[in-house]
Amino acid sequence: MSLSSTDPLIIPEQPFLKRVFGMLWADKFAFVAAIFLIIVLVLAVIGPDWLGELAGKQNLRGRNLAPFDWGREWVYWLGADALGRPLLARIIVAGQNTLMVASGAVVMSAVVGTFLGLIAGFSGPRVSQVIMRLADVIMSFPSLLIAVIVLFLLGSSILNLVAVLAITRIPVYLRTTRAEVLEIKERMFVQAARVMGASSRRILFRHILPVVLPTLTTLATLDFAYVMLAESALSFLGIGIQPPEITWGLMISQGRQYLTNAWWLSFWPGLAIILTTLSLNLLSNWMRIALDPVQRWRLEMKGRKNG
Amino acid sequence: MLSFIRKRSLSSLISLIGLLVLVFFLSRLTGDPAALFLPVEASAEMKQQFRELHGLNDPLLVQFGHYVGSVMTGDLGESLRKARPALDVVLEAFIWTLWLAAITMSLVAVAAIVVGSLAAFRSGGFFDRFSSMISLIGASVPDFWLAIVAIVVFSIQLAWLPTSGTGSVLHWILPIAVLFVRPFGIIVQVVRGSMIGALSSAYVKTARAKGVKAGPIIFVHALRNAMLPVITVMGDQAASLLNGAVIVETIFGFPGVGKLMIDSILQRDFNVVLAAILVTAIAIFIMNVLIDLAYALLDPRIRH
Amino acid sequence: MADHLLEVRNLSVDFFTAAGVVHAVRGISYHLDRGETLAILGESGSGKSVSSSAIMNLIDMPPGHISSGEILLEGKDLLTMAPNDRREVNGKRIAMIFQDPLSHLNPVYTVGWQIREAMTTHGMAQQEAEAETLRLLGRVGLPEPEHAVGKYPHEFSGGQRQRVMIAMALALRPDLLIADEPTTALDVTVQAEVLALLKELQRETGMGVLIITHDLGVVAEIADRVVVMEKGVLVESGTVREVYKNPSHPYTKKLIAAAPGKGEMHRPAVKAEPLLVVRDVRKRFGAFDALKGVSFDLAAGETLAIVGESGSGKSTLARMLLRLDEPDAGSAHWKGRDLFKLSPAELYKLRRELQMVFQDPTQSLNPRMTVYQLISEAWAIHPDILPKAKWQERVAELLVQVGLSADHMGRYPHQFSGGQRQRIAIARALALEPRLIVCDEAVSALDVSVQAQVIRLLDQLRRDMGISFIFIAHDLPVVRDFADYVMVMRKGEVVEMGTVTQVFDTPREAYTRALFAASLDPDPDVQAAHRAARLERAS
Repeated sequence: MSLSSTDPLIIPEQPFLKRVFGMLWADKFAFVAAIFLIIVLVLAVIGPDWLGELAGKQNLRGRNLAPFDWGREWVYWLGADALGRPLLARIIVAGQNTLMVASGAVVMSAVVGTFLGLIAGFSGPRVSQVIMRLADVIMSFPSLLIAVIVLFLLGSSILNLVAVLAITRIPVYLRTTRAEVLEIKERMFVQAARVMGASSRRILFRHILPVVLPTLTTLATLDFAYVMLAESALSFLGIGIQPPEITWGLMISQGRQYLTNAWWLSFWPGLAIILTTLSLNLLSNWMRIALDPVQRWRLEMKGRKNG
Repeated sequence: MLSFIRKRSLSSLISLIGLLVLVFFLSRLTGDPAALFLPVEASAEMKQQFRELHGLNDPLLVQFGHYVGSVMTGDLGESLRKARPALDVVLEAFIWTLWLAAITMSLVAVAAIVVGSLAAFRSGGFFDRFSSMISLIGASVPDFWLAIVAIVVFSIQLAWLPTSGTGSVLHWILPIAVLFVRPFGIIVQVVRGSMIGALSSAYVKTARAKGVKAGPIIFVHALRNAMLPVITVMGDQAASLLNGAVIVETIFGFPGVGKLMIDSILQRDFNVVLAAILVTAIAIFIMNVLIDLAYALLDPRIRH
Repeated sequence: MADHLLEVRNLSVDFFTAAGVVHAVRGISYHLDRGETLAILGESGSGKSVSSSAIMNLIDMPPGHISSGEILLEGKDLLTMAPNDRREVNGKRIAMIFQDPLSHLNPVYTVGWQIREAMTTHGMAQQEAEAETLRLLGRVGLPEPEHAVGKYPHEFSGGQRQRVMIAMALALRPDLLIADEPTTALDVTVQAEVLALLKELQRETGMGVLIITHDLGVVAEIADRVVVMEKGVLVESGTVREVYKNPSHPYTKKLIAAAPGKGEMHRPAVKAEPLLVVRDVRKRFGAFDALKGVSFDLAAGETLAIVGESGSGKSTLARMLLRLDEPDAGSAHWKGRDLFKLSPAELYKLRRELQMVFQDPTQSLNPRMTVYQLISEAWAIHPDILPKAKWQERVAELLVQVGLSADHMGRYPHQFSGGQRQRIAIARALALEPRLIVCDEAVSALDVSVQAQVIRLLDQLRRDMGISFIFIAHDLPVVRDFADYVMVMRKGEVVEMGTVTQVFDTPREAYTRALFAASLDPDPDVQAAHRAARLERAS
């Protein structure tokens, strides 16, 4: 009975893409973040083919070349590493591995975690207990340490790295999904579907999953940033990606011994990580509002006023 | 409450056993343990001797039985490198990490709660936007990068602080400062979100209708309710401080359990690694119980 | 002329929302004197709560904005007061109680602490406040005040929580009490008690009471004067009798006409062969006996109303019949087969014949599905009813049948109003061509005027299609115009069952009579008679 503005008039809705754009435009930070991420993504896809050769070309006369030498080729603008390889080109090339590992781990953990979460939330107490204990085992231990140990035992390869990162992140999705399923399955519209005779599978995938999905998308975006940081840390410790492959984390680690005379070796790849994770965080914050029907009006209102 | 803790302990015990089984079988199944435990240059005879000495030629299940038996009696084996009980080596290092984590977390908690609450009270204002930006950046910075940048700036360029080791208060400043950043960034955001929710709740409306002043409304009515999700995240962050500690301890040469674990792995001192796993897992379990207690203290609905 | 206790002059409040600026109230004026009770009557979206929020300084700005007007408390404008003086008025001179006491009490502090705070905030010493808290809790009729002060809000029942709220509001003997839907979430018998308490306390302290409600019965019971609001505008005002007997504005007329419980009662034909035979259904939840053996028969085309307060087991019974919960014992034979013993495959077939309409259509319709998807899902689940090629056509037919239009098909539930949503839910139930529809509080979340429309729709469906209904409600008048048989339940047991005329005209059981006595009649004269009868019984 409180103040509500839902009058019996039927509110028209705009087309999906236009609405998304409008809501992005309303949050300028998220807008810039989205554009930055698109650029990073494009560079990561075309980077190795485009600059791969250049990034591996040693140039002993240009060792630890300082940045901001605008007179040289643009790939040298951020300086060069200890073997004279252009840093900017290397950062662009390394972006592919960095994003590949992170997206691989996020997709794997999200799919497996969501699936297990749906089962844990929807099935009987016994199955649910087993799954939750499994998650507890993983959660009761710092994920980076699990990764260190497992990678040490299994040897480090991109696949192992992705798998290990994915396993440590599964509980995040599992718990969120289960908690949401437990709540949603008591909602009236699920009961209504049961009364109509809908099968469990139908209820799970037609009614529950679409409602959980926005939360999971927001979570995955945030987690992408987390996984990227974790991968960088592992590579930094020397148990992630192995040379000659490169990632941003590995580049920081390689630059570490030149800290005193060539700070830029570690600084630029670090900045690449920060900007990417920052963008992901900003976008995830935006999603939290944009995907929530109760809060969405904040963005729609602003979007209309500005555009 | 007691039965709750008992139930909690039991389920954590199961988790712990699961973890040990996992690590044990991983270490036994992925190749020759002798190769894992002994230095790379060890001869075939040495390996054979090692296997016999440690019963590695027995069937896997028998080995597991022995292992469980010795863990139950508190015997986690010898550190191969230091020729001392592995548990002693780990506990020694663990004290350092515990101090590091406890000091950092206390600072984070106080700072994040104050900043987050004030940001929420005037949400949308200048302070809110400023602190949101700072906390987002804080949550996005890789700690190892921050650590080496801090070394370049404060230890090398300015020469204010030592680069590594322990000894004086000054040695603690950089590790704590670096570890502070990410949890602070994350928790500020949670406090802010949770406080905005609490401040727009119905009971705050009632308090306003009673004529309660702004100060008590924020810090008495809203904050205690808003703390519940914050405490959960604080627990997660405290646990992941151990993650960060691995990196930060390695870079700053800080003799904590994280550095010990990395060193032991690289030196193939596997008993120490297993002992470290056990000790950290137990520490995290104790912390989780403390968090549950804090929950119950804050919210009477959980107590009943 | 002396100043009124409270005078609202030409108040306009706007809110900035997604759909643009909403004028929540536009230029409304009213006044209230000491010892007097003024009711603001309106349905959802009428803006009836906005002016009280403005009086209490509870409007968040932005998104709210007071664009014009004055609020005078004994001649002094509250809107132009210095913030600290303004704050001192709250709790001390004006106090407020709310609809949902559970969410309006702070869950992590004891009720004693919260009542004390109301006093210490305005400068009372701690010890004095403690003693006063005990006195107040005793005064509002809470058992064992010494014990109650140390308890938390969740440890009380809904009615007790509202008493706590009242104690807190009256702590400093305010001149004005604002009550925003104070009894809406409560059972009818509890509602009557709380309203009586308010009246008593008003006599004691001489305060003015401003009560905000959607319920004509509450107005008739407690108010001296009433103002009626529609879409932010004050359309009518006067004494309660005047407004009820001679409404001048069409909206007021519509509202009064929609009040349930005045039409012709059904006279069911001689009992036909029963379609559903329910015998001795029992259910326990832990130590709580939810159902203690319930039995009834229902024939085709009949409507059985099940009436009871919270905890009576009426909803549990409905959930059993639809197998959303499993009973512990008993049987329910549908056309000769026991519903409780069906295998999942048999149950799936039978689902077609038994359907349900839920209380809150906002929650019973999946927010991410269009109206077309919502209704046609029935045929996706039961493909033999209708070939896919005809879905579109049939959805259109059903929408028209429930009073909506075919071009609503592509819209989402949140684009409709509450009443329209409930029509969609009914259309969805009809899609399976059921023989029985169970309506669980299907109209109680709706506005009175919408309630009447939905009930009319259900009644028509029954006549046209011979569908049987089990109609669950907590309020007697709602079922009067619609039911053939009425079953009154209390604490898991059937108290009384009979034809609608028998139960309404000659109730046999004391509990049924108590329910009638407690339910509020929109007619102030009838209500005054009720009240007199109640007082007589009490003395």
